[in-house]
Amino acid sequence: MKKIISAMLVASSLLIIGCSQDQQTDQAQVDAGKVVVYSARAEHLIKPLFDEFTNQTGIKVQFQTGNANALVERLKAEGRNTPADMLITNDVGNLWYAADQGLFQPMNSDLIKRNIPPHLQDPQQLWTGLSVRARTLVYHQDRVSAEQVIGYEDLADPKWQGRLCLRTSGSVYNKSLVASLIEHLGEEQTQQILAGWVNNLAAKPQSKDSHVMEAILAGQCDIGLVNTYYFGRLQAENPDTPLRLGWANQSTTGTHINVSGAGLLKHAKNSDNALKLIEWLSEKPAQQIFGALNREYPANSNVTPNPQVESWGTFKQDQTNLKRLGELQQTATILINRANYE
Amino acid sequence: MNSKTLWHIALWGLIILISLPLLRILSAWFEPSSEIWLHLSETLLWSMITNTLWLLLGVGIGVTLLGVSLAWFVTMCEFPGRKILEWMLFLPFAIPAYVLGFVYLGLFDFPGPVQSFLRELFGWNGLDIRDGKLGIMLVMTLVLYPYVYMLARNAFYSQNNTLVESARLLGMSGFGVFWRISVPMARPAIAAGVMLALMETLADFGTVAIFNYSTLTSGIFSVWQDFRSLQAAAQLSTLLLGIAVLLIFIERWSRGRARYDSNKRMTLRPYKLKGHQAWLITGFVGSVVLLAFVLPVAQLLFWALITIDIEWDTRYLDWISNSFVLAVGAAILTVGLAVIVNSVRQQTHLSWPLKTGIRFANLGYALPGSVLAVGIMLLIIDIGELVSPGQGIWLSSGIFALLLAYMVRFLAVAYGPVESSFDSITPSMTEAARSLGANTSRLVSHVYLPMLKPGLVVAGFMVAVDVMKELPATYLLRPYGWDTLAIRVYELSSEGLYERAALPSLMLLGLGLLGLYMVHRINKRYKIRAK
Repeated sequence: MKKIISAMLVASSLLIIGCSQDQQTDQAQVDAGKVVVYSARAEHLIKPLFDEFTNQTGIKVQFQTGNANALVERLKAEGRNTPADMLITNDVGNLWYAADQGLFQPMNSDLIKRNIPPHLQDPQQLWTGLSVRARTLVYHQDRVSAEQVIGYEDLADPKWQGRLCLRTSGSVYNKSLVASLIEHLGEEQTQQILAGWVNNLAAKPQSKDSHVMEAILAGQCDIGLVNTYYFGRLQAENPDTPLRLGWANQSTTGTHINVSGAGLLKHAKNSDNALKLIEWLSEKPAQQIFGALNREYPANSNVTPNPQVESWGTFKQDQTNLKRLGELQQTATILINRANYE
Repeated sequence: MNSKTLWHIALWGLIILISLPLLRILSAWFEPSSEIWLHLSETLLWSMITNTLWLLLGVGIGVTLLGVSLAWFVTMCEFPGRKILEWMLFLPFAIPAYVLGFVYLGLFDFPGPVQSFLRELFGWNGLDIRDGKLGIMLVMTLVLYPYVYMLARNAFYSQNNTLVESARLLGMSGFGVFWRISVPMARPAIAAGVMLALMETLADFGTVAIFNYSTLTSGIFSVWQDFRSLQAAAQLSTLLLGIAVLLIFIERWSRGRARYDSNKRMTLRPYKLKGHQAWLITGFVGSVVLLAFVLPVAQLLFWALITIDIEWDTRYLDWISNSFVLAVGAAILTVGLAVIVNSVRQQTHLSWPLKTGIRFANLGYALPGSVLAVGIMLLIIDIGELVSPGQGIWLSSGIFALLLAYMVRFLAVAYGPVESSFDSITPSMTEAARSLGANTSRLVSHVYLPMLKPGLVVAGFMVAVDVMKELPATYLLRPYGWDTLAIRVYELSSEGLYERAALPSLMLLGLGLLGLYMVHRINKRYKIRAK
């Protein structure tokens, strides 16, 4: 028995040591022509961009996808030893938080300043938005007329009782939306709106935007809120869908937007290459790939969206600097929990 | 120092290695976060706790009933299709729970094809299966029953058949044998299986998220994400650990003094059933296989076929081999660890702190994977910094961190089956072998190994499959270039691209099948040699 045990111990420790040694030598080589990215944007939505960048510049992109919170936590713990040069996320909340934790350095890039509108980047350019995700109303054209579709506050009106579907409050997109309501209307009014939403719900909040649309299609409810690219996907699969997008708050504050964006890490080892990559992502060719990959809106206002996206018409964007939404996200969560919005 | 002391010191070392990440998480109590607690106690906390307890109760009852009855039918009764159904019952285990979650929801929820059909046909109002607790309890039962089934089946096969034979001769009915003999004898195995299923339930994040059913685990994640407080999340995690400890006590208590003392393979004649009875059982077992396996897999196959053109990529070969290598490596390490701990436990008397330490080291399975993963990451980064200041990053970006995470998380999975295998070796067997002149190596090769092997193989299989499905730790700690199938499944399904996620899900299932086949081969070969 003991022999077996000892053999196992030796074997397992050899395995561990062997593997870690490999890694050690890997890390020791510093390659001049690369950039290391931590990305909370899923692989299939980011790799084509990196491939194209490598094609054009010869700079290799070594990227690791992950959950945004976990990646930020990892960066915090790794500190100055981090192998990463930049962070990409899918929402502004995590960009703001990473900046707040001192993980980014100012990019001081005139190119980015020119390409990306001011409300989509951090005032000190600690991060910048790269693609725009609009969160707006979706409705069934047979059961709701276009004039009835007004905006976020209106969804709290009793006329929508039993007709509203919402995605779970756990979604960062909903938290950012609520944060924008707080910014425009204050906490008290936002709390009332949330209570109205919860009161109007036709079903327990769905776990995905796509489920919200399926519920509307099936007649469980008539109206809901989605990020537009989910609608785009549905429309591409079924061009005759009876669902329609309605632009929210056009006569008031504009439609709420969020961004997928990036920041240059303070402890980047390849900061020139990382900056080059972020700048490249803000330019026209990359911006068009963003649109083509996931039907998002370009952040660069000189680039036209993909034709399907363009067919939904133009809309007025909420012009609040996105940094505010990051700052208000915690307050938003508190109000959401108080309203018992699941 | 004698060898016993040395072994105990070695054991302490291993236990501390496995427990450190848990301790790192518990240490969060030194940092206050009272505001968040106040807010939680005013809003979500109580519903989170009661939801969690209800889910545990429902799933506990569900997996026990389903797992034990299925195991008994396949081991003790002869019915049409038994051979194939017996193996198919294992399979749902190889699909991540949340994948089955979204398949079921897609099929059976209000907008799904089943309800749409019923509505059109009968003008039925429809219902939201996400409402209430029954829907999620059923789904999780269907996903998690294989834990109980696997262990109970093993126990039924290796039960003392002279007892069963005598009971039969004395005219005891089939149900009587089941209830008065088989179940009590298999109690430790059943309890271990239920325990695993419940710990998995406690730690589940994906399935409850799809049903929007808020549990402690989803609460922990939201505290971390929304309040940016890893401290509060870790503190909340200790509540989970508390529940897990309670469950362990209940398990110990329910085991009582039961312990099985024979490991003969079944040579019993199975019950010959009358035609309609036999078909009734086929119907029951078949419908479980249909619901838990055939139906979801058919849906996945359909999706995979329509998306294969956009989804297939040669990188899948890498992901498959990564998943496989990680699974096998982690299984060997974890089972090896469980064997070491148990052989020391078997050979020497353990002090109570050591026993408690072993129990504690088993708790990693009940923690939400995301919290555990962060705990391990923080720990490894600390250690790396300590070992080589400024250069320590290689430790956390190597594969070591990930393998440690798997061991911490899945020790409990390996521990149960390994422990009951060890328990089946009685001191009298060792003494008998010794008195017949067997030396240690002969004892190991002719007594221990044959008796342990089925249990070890099952344990290794369960760990390997669990590792393949594991997400949060793999996602956070994998070295560069170690993407896996589970990561692909997650990234696609988190974007709502369920159809495309079908292909990697089926590949996971394929790997699981391969593992099952290997288990079958190894245990069969063993059986022949043991004769």
